[in-house]
Amino acid sequence: MAFSKISNVAIRGIAACVPAHTEENIDSLPVFKEGEAARVVAQTGIERKHTIESGSGVTISDLCAKAFDVLIEKLEWDRESIDLLVLVSSSADYITPPTSNVLHGRLGLSEDCLCYDIRQGCPGWVVGMSNVSSMVSSGNFKRAILLCGDASTLMSSPLDKEMRPLFSDAGTATALEFDTSANDMEFQHGCRGKAFEAIITPAGGLRNPVTEDSLQFKSYGENLVRRDIDCKMDGMGVFSFGLSVAPKSLQSLLDEFHIAREDVDYFLFHQANQYMNTKIMKKLKLDPDKVPFSLKDFGNTSCASIPLTLVYKCREAYETREVNSVACAFGVGLAWGSFHFKTNKIVCPELILY
Amino acid sequence: METKEFIEQLAEAIDVEDVESLTLETKFRELEEWSSLAGLSVIAFFDEEFDKTVNGAELRACNTIQDLYDLATK
Repeated sequence: MAFSKISNVAIRGIAACVPAHTEENIDSLPVFKEGEAARVVAQTGIERKHTIESGSGVTISDLCAKAFDVLIEKLEWDRESIDLLVLVSSSADYITPPTSNVLHGRLGLSEDCLCYDIRQGCPGWVVGMSNVSSMVSSGNFKRAILLCGDASTLMSSPLDKEMRPLFSDAGTATALEFDTSANDMEFQHGCRGKAFEAIITPAGGLRNPVTEDSLQFKSYGENLVRRDIDCKMDGMGVFSFGLSVAPKSLQSLLDEFHIAREDVDYFLFHQANQYMNTKIMKKLKLDPDKVPFSLKDFGNTSCASIPLTLVYKCREAYETREVNSVACAFGVGLAWGSFHFKTNKIVCPELILY
Repeated sequence: METKEFIEQLAEAIDVEDVESLTLETKFRELEEWSSLAGLSVIAFFDEEFDKTVNGAELRACNTIQDLYDLATK
C-alpha cells in the first residue's frame, strides 16, 4: 500500500468556481428516450449541472483563475509571496505549454515561482494535495496554490448518454502554507493501470493523432454517439471498480494511521453518482450526516468534486471551527486515493459563479 | 450460493417481482425490467454478495442467468 504522512503544511483556504450556465437533466436532453430522464435523475441523483456554454470559449483556466483571485484576496496574500503554482486537470488550454504556466502570467505571479501541470481526472485533488504538500513540507516552498478542475463537457460528446447527464465543469483553488505547527496530512494512493481504457479519450494524443475520421460522430448504440476525440467511459466497469476500491482505500487509511471514524467530522467523496456513492457509504457504514453530497446541483465535476462539495455544503463549518476530514477519490487511471486532513478556520468563500 | 437463492437475490436486485418466472435459462436482457441501470444493480449485487469486481465487457458477454451465476461464482 502506498501510504504517506506529510508534516509542516497547513491548508489556509479553499475556493470553487462553476459556470453560471446550467443544464437541467429532467428537460429532454437529446440522449434520453421518453421517460428515461426521470429514471436517470432518480438513480444518479443529478438534477442539474453547471456547464460551460458551448462556443463561449471559456476554459478551465478561466474558472481556476477566478477561484484563485477570490481566494487570495480573502487570504490577503501578496501575489509575490506565492512560490509554487500547480494545476491538476485533464483539460489543457494548449497542447504546449503547460496551462499552469499560462495562468502564472495571467495571474501576475512572481518569476520566482515553480509552475507545473499534473494530468489527472477524478482522483486529481487527492493526488494534487499529496504532491503539493510534499513540496511545501520541506520548507523550500512557503506558499503554494493548487488549482484543480476539469472542463469535462468540452471533452465529451453531447450525444453520449453515458457522459452528458453525469459530467459538468468546475475549477477550484486550494491554498497551502509551510507551518511547523500544522497537523500532519495522511494519504493512501493506488493505481490499476491495466484498466486504463475504462475511461479514455482514444484520439487526439500522439498514440492516435487527430485524423478526419476521428472527428466524425459515430454511433455505438442508441444514444451512444461520439467522436474518437471524445472521452468515453465503461460505466459498468467504473462502477464496479469504485464500489470495490473506494471503501478499501478509505478503510486502509483509517487503519494505517489509527484514525477513529467517530472523530471525523466529514467524509468527502468524489461525486460520481448518487447510487454508487450511497453504496460506498453503506459499505463503510458511515453516518450519512457526515457524508455531504453535491451531486444534485453539479453532477460529476471530475477532480474538482471534493473541494466543490466542501465549499458548497460545508463552508460555514470550515470557516468557523476546527474540522477533521477524510477525502476519498477514484476514477480515471484507473486510480484512487484517500486523504486525512485537519483544518482550523480556513478561508472558504461562497461558491463563485463565472 | 445455491442457484435458487441466486435467482431470488438477482430478482430483488433488478426489481423483478415474479421470481417464479425466472430460470437459469432466462435471457435477462429480454426482461421488461432490464436496463443499463439494472446492470449497475447486478454489479452491486456481485460486489456485496460475492466480493466480485466485474467490468462492462464481462457483463455484456452474459446473456442468461446461468451466465451471470457462472460469472459471480467462478
